[in-house]
Amino acid sequence: MAEKRIYEVIFIIDPAADEEEVMRLTESLQKIVSGQGGNITKTEVMGRRQLAYEIKHKREGSYVLLEIEGSGQEIAELERRMRVNDRILRYMTVRVDEDRRRAEKFKDRRARKAARRGSGRKSAEVKPEAEKFEEGYAA
Amino acid sequence: MSTNYEDRDMGFGFEREYERAGGPMAGRGSRRMQRRKTCRFCIDKVDLIDWKEIKILQSYVPERGKILPRRISGVCATHQRMLAEAIKRARNIAFLPYAAD
Repeated sequence: MAEKRIYEVIFIIDPAADEEEVMRLTESLQKIVSGQGGNITKTEVMGRRQLAYEIKHKREGSYVLLEIEGSGQEIAELERRMRVNDRILRYMTVRVDEDRRRAEKFKDRRARKAARRGSGRKSAEVKPEAEKFEEGYAA
Repeated sequence: MSTNYEDRDMGFGFEREYERAGGPMAGRGSRRMQRRKTCRFCIDKVDLIDWKEIKILQSYVPERGKILPRRISGVCATHQRMLAEAIKRARNIAFLPYAAD
């Protein structure tokens, strides 16, 4: 697979772990990713947060977010490691490149529409039906 | 269905909207005052609703923990789909509840 995929991986660490342990765990996971050929573009330690519901009888947890660029293989390995680590209460991987591309497309479309509206008042008179339809869709 | 949407606490004025539109006597006697609902995400030109922006998501999750239907919030179909997906992701990672009490 030639194309690079971008993933967001978020995981919740046991509240019993202190800051140092959180950092250590994060680093070890980062190493796994780079060992598998993944590229970590962002690491965000979000800190301790209240959980919306109990997970393993815990009401709190430390959140860490990683943004990873890679083929998908490193994600498989990462998830395998996280699954067996009982310090990690939960993890979630979201593939974001497709969503972002879609957002980009929306942005382009809007920019084009704005340009058309700005420059060509006449074109709006020529085919009012089409214009109206698109505006209705946007609104 | 007996979902009580008046129980929620939000700053968007959705509750008032709901009472006006759906109250038992709405449309009789005094004329129904209906402000046109608009999609906040369209106004703000949001292309991607991020599941990490809990503050935003929370305003579309009433106390019970359910996703606010768009007939109440006025969110457009496109954005409602994105919003629903984002809320579901946020639930998975315990940012939002699946169900409250």
